[in-house]
Amino acid sequence: MSFPLLTVTAALPAVGAIATAAVPAAKRTVAKWSALGFSVATFVLAVIVLVRFEPGGERYQLTESHAWIKDFGVRYELGVDGIGVSLVALTALLIPFIIAAGWHDADPLEDKNPNRRWRPTQGFFALILAVEAMVVVSFEATDVFLFYIFFEAMLIPMYFLIGGFGDQAHEHGDDEAAKQRSYAAVKFLLYNLVGGLVMLAAVIGLYAASADQLGHGTFSLQEILQARAAGKFDLASSTERWLFLGFFFAFAVKAPLWPLHTWLPNAMGESTAPVAVLITAVVDKVGTFAMLRYCLQLFPEASKWATPVILVLAVISIIYGALLAVGQRDIKRLIAYASISHFGFIIMGIFAMTTQGQSGAALYMVNHGISTAALLLVAGFLISRRGSRLIADFGGVQKVAPVLAGTFLIGGLATLSLPGLAPFVSEFLVLVGTFSRYPALGIIATVGIVLAALYVLVLYQRTMTGPVKAGVEGMKDLKVREIAVVAPLIALLLFLGVYPKPLTDIVNPAVGQTLSDVHKTDPKPALEATK
Amino acid sequence: MSGTAVHSLWTMAAPAADKIPAPKIEYTQLSPVLIVFGAAVVGILVEAFLPRKSRYLGQIAVSVIGLAAAFAAVVALAARGYGTTKAHVAAMGAVAVDGPALFLQGTILLVGLVAVFTFAERRLDPKAHGRKVDSFAAQGSAVPGGDAEKAAVKAGFTTTEVFPLLLFAVGGMLIFPAASDLLTLFVALEVFSLPLYLLCALARRRRFMSQEAAMKYFLLGAFSSAFLLFGIALLYGYAGTVSYSGIAAVVDGTAKMTPALAATTGNDALLLIGTAMVAMGLLFKVGAVPFHMWTPDVYQGAPTPVTGFMAAATKVAAFGALLRLLYVVLPGMRWDWRPVMWGVAILTMLVGAIVAVTQTDVKRLLAYSSIAHAGFILAGVIATTPDGVSSVLFYLAAYSFVTLGAFAVVTLVRDAGGEATHLSHWAGLGRRSPLVAAVFAVFLLAFAGIPLTSGFAGKFAVFKAAAQGGAMPLVIVGVLSSAIAAFFYIRVIVLMFFSEPKPDGPTVAVPSAWTSTAIGIGVAVTLALGVMPQYFLDLADKAGVFVR
Repeated sequence: MSFPLLTVTAALPAVGAIATAAVPAAKRTVAKWSALGFSVATFVLAVIVLVRFEPGGERYQLTESHAWIKDFGVRYELGVDGIGVSLVALTALLIPFIIAAGWHDADPLEDKNPNRRWRPTQGFFALILAVEAMVVVSFEATDVFLFYIFFEAMLIPMYFLIGGFGDQAHEHGDDEAAKQRSYAAVKFLLYNLVGGLVMLAAVIGLYAASADQLGHGTFSLQEILQARAAGKFDLASSTERWLFLGFFFAFAVKAPLWPLHTWLPNAMGESTAPVAVLITAVVDKVGTFAMLRYCLQLFPEASKWATPVILVLAVISIIYGALLAVGQRDIKRLIAYASISHFGFIIMGIFAMTTQGQSGAALYMVNHGISTAALLLVAGFLISRRGSRLIADFGGVQKVAPVLAGTFLIGGLATLSLPGLAPFVSEFLVLVGTFSRYPALGIIATVGIVLAALYVLVLYQRTMTGPVKAGVEGMKDLKVREIAVVAPLIALLLFLGVYPKPLTDIVNPAVGQTLSDVHKTDPKPALEATK
Repeated sequence: MSGTAVHSLWTMAAPAADKIPAPKIEYTQLSPVLIVFGAAVVGILVEAFLPRKSRYLGQIAVSVIGLAAAFAAVVALAARGYGTTKAHVAAMGAVAVDGPALFLQGTILLVGLVAVFTFAERRLDPKAHGRKVDSFAAQGSAVPGGDAEKAAVKAGFTTTEVFPLLLFAVGGMLIFPAASDLLTLFVALEVFSLPLYLLCALARRRRFMSQEAAMKYFLLGAFSSAFLLFGIALLYGYAGTVSYSGIAAVVDGTAKMTPALAATTGNDALLLIGTAMVAMGLLFKVGAVPFHMWTPDVYQGAPTPVTGFMAAATKVAAFGALLRLLYVVLPGMRWDWRPVMWGVAILTMLVGAIVAVTQTDVKRLLAYSSIAHAGFILAGVIATTPDGVSSVLFYLAAYSFVTLGAFAVVTLVRDAGGEATHLSHWAGLGRRSPLVAAVFAVFLLAFAGIPLTSGFAGKFAVFKAAAQGGAMPLVIVGVLSSAIAAFFYIRVIVLMFFSEPKPDGPTVAVPSAWTSTAIGIGVAVTLALGVMPQYFLDLADKAGVFVR
């Protein structure tokens, strides 16, 4: 048996979570360094996974397979394809930055009640690592049930992160903010839990269907795919559609797709910036990833059946998210609506069912993770300096804190997909991929890009330019720790914007295989078709 | 005419004496039950002869040893194959010794053992006149608030009778799911119900509420017993026998026809009404809608350790009996009972989950949640497949330890008036005592069926069985009511962790090793069955065959 690299990559942050939680109450700094250390070590492992992964090799690599719950037909099966491996790497890359950016977010306030034995710092960092561990397992799992377990279980630490830790600078310990935060956490949990439970019904249905057709219930993705290739697993189309809807509903809540998106602005607005990054850049990616892996591969016919509706919803997400972003007065909610718009692009790319569209979607997941992290983390630094999230409270920041303003601008430009920065490549691919099959939708979606330019540039103009507003005068520029967080992300955005080939090389074979599962080929170029 | 010839005109020779069947009792196979009843009797003797001071330790020793020995006996029987190959009906067709019986008996005994730990807790209540006291009334017979009670408290009396009562209840519960004829079923029901009525009335604080709970439980319990008994009479009228296998044979039409039988089997009304009434009696004990009305009041009024025991063990025993009745006696008429049970299961899940949303008392909340869970278990019962049996067995084992643990935590949160069960008092508990709140959160998450807890594995098992048994709509209703249920479990977690603690809020009492052990076992089982359920699923699978 070879070394279980994937298991170790997922287990290390889990161990880190326990170790961090166990640090004594007084040793806050030890807990922080422990969390950072474990997350960096996980990143190193993820890089090793990335290096060991051979693009163009077997479909699922570094596989592990062990019996787990025989009665449910569940196996502990891990394996990564090109998309999975890049998302594992993205997760492992972002977590150290999230931890470093949130270095002081969970320092206890001046404690009014010395009796409470609440240890926020340890808890905060342990929960982040716990989320990382669960997200990594969901990207690695090739067993539907194993995926489902961690897909659901990650809600719990996420819920505590949103509800337990707000912007301290913003709150001043007042009750109204705490109520808002608790509301946001509950909304997040209920939306996702309901999605998950609907999926549970579909998971049980999948078991019943496989038990019916194969003689034994199974959740193994590979076994199901092989059985279908051999003609032994053929769902009735009504069954397949119901199961598809059950799965898709859960992923659409998580992703989030209009009209199931309303939890995201609350959750991102009320949580601290690093937690907001964790939600939108890491956790939500599980939703879009799962559409690509589970919806399309398990239920190809139903996916094609649902494509028109999903594409329309995705385009609505793009336009609606962008329009609402333009109208926001709160920086974090603005970024949240921008994310909804971007998730619309990702979903559109997935369901356009073209190579370019899906490669674009896979790249988009990675690029959106990096660009949103950069923008949101800088926004978080900005907010914590002023103690307000409202755009109207800022103005002329670039005069007092030029580095902060500059990094904010680059993050913003990445968000609006400026050519030369990484998101441009993926957005372009998604649009081209969509256009080749659904020209009308492709054209409407481009409006989203225009709106993106509007909300980003207006945001920059209102907060950074103009006369220096009261409350902004003494604002300090970025500290070394903060620059260390932002600089590598910006470097990466530039690198992948100019030279995306390493990433596309990893992602493309996986996309090709997925499309062949769905029996879709790219439409012929127009010229050739008219011949 | 010779003497014998004359004699034979009005007499006939009796069969030879050796042909009268002597009752054959398989003492070894019944040993778990016998040990528990033996221990209960010893408990009574302890109560009668030991000086008051040493009764407490004496009773604990007797109960723990008795329950542990009985559990060892169950394990030994299972190891010798009585659960599988050697399964048969012992004691003249009265008690089944088979897989489901042994599995449920083992579960009930462990639940009983943990319940003894919570009964034995003496550190939570403040000392009365310098003596440690437990959750039970100083003297059950004293009028609440009267002089006799004050005197009893002052004298430091404690009701150590609760331990033998618990043992009697456990003994009855051991027979209940194993009963293989209707009369044994009824006797077992009474044997475990009567001690429970008594235990409910024995709370040290809020005694009126406790007595009211006991009264309600007793009256409604008596009604349901009457229904059960009437149903038994009707079934006897139909089949001419009370034995499960006998009735099953008549229902299936494989019984040898006699003129009497031919006369009754034409009349399905006897069978249908009889079945309905017996099922009613069992559904009452299970707490299924519309027979659930007693649950919240009784759960709230009873001393919390008793509530925990009752909620866990009664459910195990009653579902065991229901399974055996439906799977052994009445599989032949499943087309008749399944639609009704569908209705009951759907109602139970929805009513339990929806009404729980409005509750403000943690004990009532757990009561309604137990109703919702009864609905989930019914979904597994309805499957009528081998998977149905094993999934229900697994669910019962998983659920009972979560319940015990949750109620044990409830005993810890206290203010001046005793346990602070109103939910508003739980606000901010997570800030003040993170560990207790975290443990309670684990139990709530298990109730809600979040993955990696036993609740999820159990829920998945029963829903899977139901889906394969062709009850997909039930699964969907189950999933929807899980979503509703999740809302109020989460609400409690929100309250504990995200609300500011009140300045005059309750304190968390530091328990002795007894309660800590009970809670520890609850958490350990909850997580173990969540992460590694395979061993126990195998066990439940192997135990999934009834003997008839």
